[in-house]
Amino acid sequence: MPIIQPQPTAVPGRPDIPNAEVATQLRGVPPPPFPMPEDKLPIPQLKLPKGFKIEVYASGIANARSLRLGDKGTVFVSNRQLDKVYAIVDRHGKREVKVISSGLDRPNGLAFHNGTLYIAEGAQISKLEKIEDNLDNPPKPVVIYSDFLNHQSHGWKFMGLGPDNKLYVNVGSPCNICEPPETNGQIRRISLDGSSADVVARGVRNSVGFDWHPVTKELYFTDNGRDWLSEDLPEDELNRVTKIGQHFGFPYCHQGTFADRELGWGRSCTEFEKPVALLGPHSAALGMRFYTGTMFPPEYRNAIFIARHGSWNRTKKIGGDIVVAKLNKDGSVKSWEPFLTGFLQNNEYIGRPVDVQVMKDGSLLVSDDHAGAVYRVTYASNKVAKR
Amino acid sequence: MRGLLGAALVLIMAALPVTAASLEEGPYGPAPTQSRQRLAPCLACHGEKGQSEQPEVPSLGAQPTFYVMVQLYMFRERLRTVEIMNTMTQGLTDDDLRSMADVIAQLPPPHPVEAPGDPARLERARTLIQQNRCNFCHNPDFSGAQQVPRLAGQREDYLVKALREYKNNTRRGYDPAMAEVLYAISDEQLLDLAYFLARFQ
Repeated sequence: MPIIQPQPTAVPGRPDIPNAEVATQLRGVPPPPFPMPEDKLPIPQLKLPKGFKIEVYASGIANARSLRLGDKGTVFVSNRQLDKVYAIVDRHGKREVKVISSGLDRPNGLAFHNGTLYIAEGAQISKLEKIEDNLDNPPKPVVIYSDFLNHQSHGWKFMGLGPDNKLYVNVGSPCNICEPPETNGQIRRISLDGSSADVVARGVRNSVGFDWHPVTKELYFTDNGRDWLSEDLPEDELNRVTKIGQHFGFPYCHQGTFADRELGWGRSCTEFEKPVALLGPHSAALGMRFYTGTMFPPEYRNAIFIARHGSWNRTKKIGGDIVVAKLNKDGSVKSWEPFLTGFLQNNEYIGRPVDVQVMKDGSLLVSDDHAGAVYRVTYASNKVAKR
Repeated sequence: MRGLLGAALVLIMAALPVTAASLEEGPYGPAPTQSRQRLAPCLACHGEKGQSEQPEVPSLGAQPTFYVMVQLYMFRERLRTVEIMNTMTQGLTDDDLRSMADVIAQLPPPHPVEAPGDPARLERARTLIQQNRCNFCHNPDFSGAQQVPRLAGQREDYLVKALREYKNNTRRGYDPAMAEVLYAISDEQLLDLAYFLARFQ
């Protein structure tokens, strides 16, 4: 677990420095360390298409990040700023939130397979076996893989279980914009025992969400574009891996259309895979899932729900919503549009969605690391939505 | 005083007695008695007027409330490891952290180093600050805001320590902004930054 050594990188600055008045509107937006009380959650401000409604699924989960569903219905929730993994247990409609692991290093990534929960921390992956049978007395995590550099910038991981029963994990670029080390700026897949790994996608700045098409089994992933370039460029990407090892452009080409103003000289966007959709500048497109349920109307089947955490490096904030991307038969994106909105009010966040999870009944869970809660979206065709 | 404070802290308090009454006299308005009492051992090291006289111990005066609260939280949860601070914050409730942060943020700002600095070093620091946009997050007057600390007038030795820890990955930030910025900054450059900020008027 070596520490990343500094290396020469593009020093940002010079012509793109905005004036002092707007500069301080561009700083990061920190999540509060304490969750909002249930009665203060922003449910009344949230908006959905007709027929859908949203409710609190569980509250009091500080910095609620990635979501995973266990075989027995347990919902696992991760942390990025904090150090815990939670389990939400539904017993006869009464939900209970338990801490099942703590003292972890940015345990953002979760995957579940055959009774075992896998946790991706900053620089290692560990597992909790038979976790749903031992929620009251969880075992200590057992490390299965640790071949990662340890770095703060984009050091947290997103993780998922592929159709090949391997763990897919993003290994982010340790910077805003730089030539990342060979080991970074990629999505890697790792066998369940940690004994082998290979690179699935390169030229990835930092992906914090991916999922597999239910029919074609192709991997789709979100990627966050670089900061400090301009208000409107570049846009975050939705990408599709059609061949193992493809390169998606970072740090040379952004959004498939233009070369980086420092590292892009001598390179062309034609060398790299183009995104299948652009998801808005700095919008922080994070968690995504294909909708495989049957509760929502048929036009949502196999569409992608994408959580946009919302921008910070932009004076007029955008995102802070769930969008839905509908695909053509060939796997290209037909269109995308906002689905769940209202987290952004008067240029301030009252919540920030991070991840989504399709439940067995077809409802959709949404995590919020700002308010520290998980919400549940349902649909009923014969009722008019309350909101 | 709470029984949870360790023997080492009792010794510190004995050596540097700060009473609740002396805090009451501060110019930044009254605070709840309980908070003032609880803060007495903190300010024995950090300085009861917002200015630390202890090597590598930061001045806390006029730090943003949210920054102080988050750091206290990180100490309590051991997300940031500084043994004495981890001990001091054990057993504090969320409300304790909030009210302590409120009081600390009202301490007066520390005084910058008065002696005139080396113009060449100050100029190098100004260039670095512009290139790395330090003033975007920390404000043009380095007063800090939200999760971003005040830097103006901070102790130079503490700034060097903090910058080095962020750079070598031994101090965790609440977000990775500092690790990101320091990725491309040399040790010599961070010495210039600390030199400048400790003298910033």
